[in-house]
Amino acid sequence: MQGGVNPAVVAYLGISGVVLLLMMLLGLALRLAQAEWLSIPPDLFYEMLTAHGVGMVGIAGLAGAAIMWHFLRRHVSLSQGILVANLALFLTGVVMILAAIYVGGFGGGWTFLYPLPANSGGVWKPAAAAVYLGGLLVIGVGFLLFYLDAGRAIISEYGGLGSALGWPVLLDRSRARLPEPTIVASAMVTIVNTLGLVSGAAVLAMSLINLGLPGLAIDPLMAKNMTYFFGHVFINATIYITVIAVYEILPVYAGRPWKASKPFLWAWTASTILVLIAYPHHLLMDFVMPRWALIVGQVASYAAGLPVLVVTAYGALTLVHRSGIRWDVASSLLFLSMFGWAAGILPAIIDATITVNLVMHNTMWVPGHFHFYLLLGMAAMVYGFIYHLGHGQGRAAAESALDRLAFWLFALGGLGFVLVFLYSGKAGVPRRWAVHLPEWVGYDRLASLFALALVAAALVFTLRFLVRVPRLLAMR
Amino acid sequence: MLLQDKVWLISLVLVAAMAAVFLWVAAGAARQADVEMVQRWAYRLRKSWFWLLVAIIVIASATTLTALPYPDRASPPASRVVLRATGAQWAWTVEGSDIVVGRPVEFQVTSTDVNHGFGIYDPSLEMVAQTQAMPGYTNRLQLTFATPGTYHILCLEYCGLAHHEMMTDLVVKPN
Repeated sequence: MQGGVNPAVVAYLGISGVVLLLMMLLGLALRLAQAEWLSIPPDLFYEMLTAHGVGMVGIAGLAGAAIMWHFLRRHVSLSQGILVANLALFLTGVVMILAAIYVGGFGGGWTFLYPLPANSGGVWKPAAAAVYLGGLLVIGVGFLLFYLDAGRAIISEYGGLGSALGWPVLLDRSRARLPEPTIVASAMVTIVNTLGLVSGAAVLAMSLINLGLPGLAIDPLMAKNMTYFFGHVFINATIYITVIAVYEILPVYAGRPWKASKPFLWAWTASTILVLIAYPHHLLMDFVMPRWALIVGQVASYAAGLPVLVVTAYGALTLVHRSGIRWDVASSLLFLSMFGWAAGILPAIIDATITVNLVMHNTMWVPGHFHFYLLLGMAAMVYGFIYHLGHGQGRAAAESALDRLAFWLFALGGLGFVLVFLYSGKAGVPRRWAVHLPEWVGYDRLASLFALALVAAALVFTLRFLVRVPRLLAMR
Repeated sequence: MLLQDKVWLISLVLVAAMAAVFLWVAAGAARQADVEMVQRWAYRLRKSWFWLLVAIIVIASATTLTALPYPDRASPPASRVVLRATGAQWAWTVEGSDIVVGRPVEFQVTSTDVNHGFGIYDPSLEMVAQTQAMPGYTNRLQLTFATPGTYHILCLEYCGLAHHEMMTDLVVKPN
């Protein structure tokens, strides 16, 4: 890995790291409240839950964007102005969202599911909901500009998004240019996020209009489809972007290249389609949905596991197998992230089975599976990347026993944490409940202990990165 | 064994198997081998791995898609007991005739305000079935209870301040 880091990218990562730690502390508090080890009144619990959800999704998007920009700019000409503008819009949105939640008392859940924001049962005013939705819209516009710029740059260089996805190679066209993995991943995420963000922006705008003019109602089923299409695509995309860090960095440690191949290109084109059409797996219990759409949701969710299991995770294992790889915290985290992604999607895919969803939807199985691949997958990729940046970039890494301890606390604490979520889901514990029945409190207590280990690890990772920031900025 | 228990065990086994593979690769990574040799062997194995997964997808889809919980398109037959379940911030109203073991039931579920989740739990707090309660729509959940007792309805879709208090009981009488 050569050279310096753009200061804006350092800002993205620093903010992401700090906010991720704060969101983990919020999450710990929520689990402690459910464990009855901390007393939090329900209205504050739901505000914190809303903040935890939107904060985590937000920084997953932010960190992913930084990682994509950092590697993509080596291949195409990206706009520094848009990179900075996105951050400015993001921070503006954050201020609005925090005000809506902690001043206005908005606790509608990060998913703002219509018509809950406008109908709080007297808990928050419509104005608080409007500031939340407006803040999210501002953030969404920022990301949309970011991805449109990436799309512009990729198209300028490759002639089209299809070329960037490697279609000329798949079609055996003469003089077809084999795109790098970073280009392929960036093209896929640009496509899906543009669609997802437009859907999100539309339903946010509609919700804002409805808040001002309640007579203009929205069909709740359509609103739910638009909202979940946006949320599903955006959060999925965060893993598909951050995996660029694995494609770029793991090969350096393993001493072997990771190139795109035909299976690789097939996998990424398949993911582009499957991520989009799998979203009905969020609506399997809306029996009024067209049956064909829900069946597509199940089957597409199953199929969406193939690119991960057969190409990316399998490719990582092949890369590392008998490679003489140099293990440090960065390479360990990136290798762990492949396990986190590949293993985490298994309970998710099983839950996308309609007959299973009937007894597991909206239980703790849901946060169980998404914490699995987002914490041990995506967050591990982000931490691996910042370790790589901050600690020698592939050369002799200056890391201590503390860093290694933090890695194991993260891996084992994280695994324990998500397994307790999944077990709770199997036991029927609903998600998003401020107060648990006595039968469930034991699970929450065990989860809280694992969460403490996670927070300790995250504290080490984050502080170690922040300490390196001045050196990173000087390295340009 | 309930379906959710089977799902947990299957998931645990699969996750453990995945972990074993990753640990095996990590543990053996130090003994270097020629990359071309590794790739040849790995890509051959990958074909079988791909087809195995496809087979699992086809079999799982075929077996599970024939047992969908979605209601018959026609209106319920006369033998089916119909109950109207309405969610409103923050209580359930369930109206209709008695539920008896062995007799098919149809819950017609809706909401008067925001989205709620109609979750049916058996007397030992294991989930039996659920559907969404969406304003302006009626979701029809058809099932037949096999065991009598006092069942519980829990709200499964976050609906605001007292979401976690939105519970009611459902009595299933013996035949």
